[in-house]
Amino acid sequence: MCGTCGCGSEEGGVRILMPGVYQEGLTHSHEHHHHHGHSHDHDHSHDHGHSHDHGHSHGHSHDHGHGHSHDHDHSHSHDHTHSHDAGGITLAPNKKILEVEQDVLHHNQVMAARNRGYFEALNILTLNLVSSPGSGKTSLLERTLQDLKDTLDFYVIEGDQQTVNDANRISALDVPVIQINTGKGCHLESDMVFEAVKQLQMKANAILMIENVGNLVCPSMFDLGEKKRVVIISTTEGEDKPLKYPDMFHSSDICIINKIDLLPYVNFDVGKVKDYALQVNANLKFFEVSATTGEGMEAWYEWLKEQIVPKKA
Amino acid sequence: MHELSIAMGIVKIAESETHKAGASKVECIELEIGKLAGIEFESLNFVWPLAVKNTVLEQAEKRIEVIQGQARCMDCDTLFELEKFYDSCPVCRSNLKAILKGKELRVKALEVV
Repeated sequence: MCGTCGCGSEEGGVRILMPGVYQEGLTHSHEHHHHHGHSHDHDHSHDHGHSHDHGHSHGHSHDHGHGHSHDHDHSHSHDHTHSHDAGGITLAPNKKILEVEQDVLHHNQVMAARNRGYFEALNILTLNLVSSPGSGKTSLLERTLQDLKDTLDFYVIEGDQQTVNDANRISALDVPVIQINTGKGCHLESDMVFEAVKQLQMKANAILMIENVGNLVCPSMFDLGEKKRVVIISTTEGEDKPLKYPDMFHSSDICIINKIDLLPYVNFDVGKVKDYALQVNANLKFFEVSATTGEGMEAWYEWLKEQIVPKKA
Repeated sequence: MHELSIAMGIVKIAESETHKAGASKVECIELEIGKLAGIEFESLNFVWPLAVKNTVLEQAEKRIEVIQGQARCMDCDTLFELEKFYDSCPVCRSNLKAILKGKELRVKALEVV
């Protein structure tokens, strides 16, 4: 079983994909253990009109990410061998207590710190966009890219369990994008981002948008190395979501309330959702927007621009 | 169901530490999990047998020390216990608080043979 995404089967594996390259014939996954030193055929069907027959080397290197570089675990386990009395249980002489004292998310945190250092060195503002499915993360992203891509440089990492649909939407805007398919995994982890970032080959002074898997629970525990976490809630959801899913709202910095163009038709009290969210996290900053009509987007753009500290010329 | 990833993370730590100590299996594993750590204990127990299968933890007894959430009010300085992130200060009702305890998620100790 894969320790990163917790998937139990071959199909459940993590894949890092470029849009337009692998839409079809995704036969293999993961391969934590390939012993064959060569090609597995993923039929990437490029439709070139002419048929060059082959051995041509495509420039895109697919080394698919599973190297989740384990960098680990230098840990400090002082093992006392003396058989002592631990909590009333007398240990047999061959037993040892290892005082591990290790954070379970240690590996994720180390890799997140590594990502963060890389982003900082390149002056890249990284945002982790989280929400439940259907709140409009991708639409918000599309609109933002459309309106700002001429003034700011963007990169995008899309996280979904399956398909490169979202990456194709972003790619259509001519913004560099990598899709991570988590398979059965319900969230992105920092080592997946690490692998995806390697393929993005970003230039300095840009914004990296990471659209997490649509899920208000699991992604909250996994730092990806982002500068700010942005939680999106839409007016078609319940106002009490911040109370129902407090972990996500607690760990976020920004809360975007999307689909405000629908307010006349839905029973959604913006004031109430803000109150609930502030109960969970008094430091949240809000934006009320409609990615469809563009209403309220200007304030969000202003904030984005403020976050990019220009490097001294 | 991120509890599965968490369980796999625990297995990874146990495998590595047990191996380093030259032991072959774990008889007991002690975990520290805070009430605000985002772990559903029921989910963790549900995925546990699957995660530890064929690992050094397969036979291990799992002991969890649950750590109560604790916060300090940033407005009136009251120290208080909390169950949820949205619990406000019992004295002044402020939502501004620093979480002091309750987010722990650690492998504390392993008893190996």
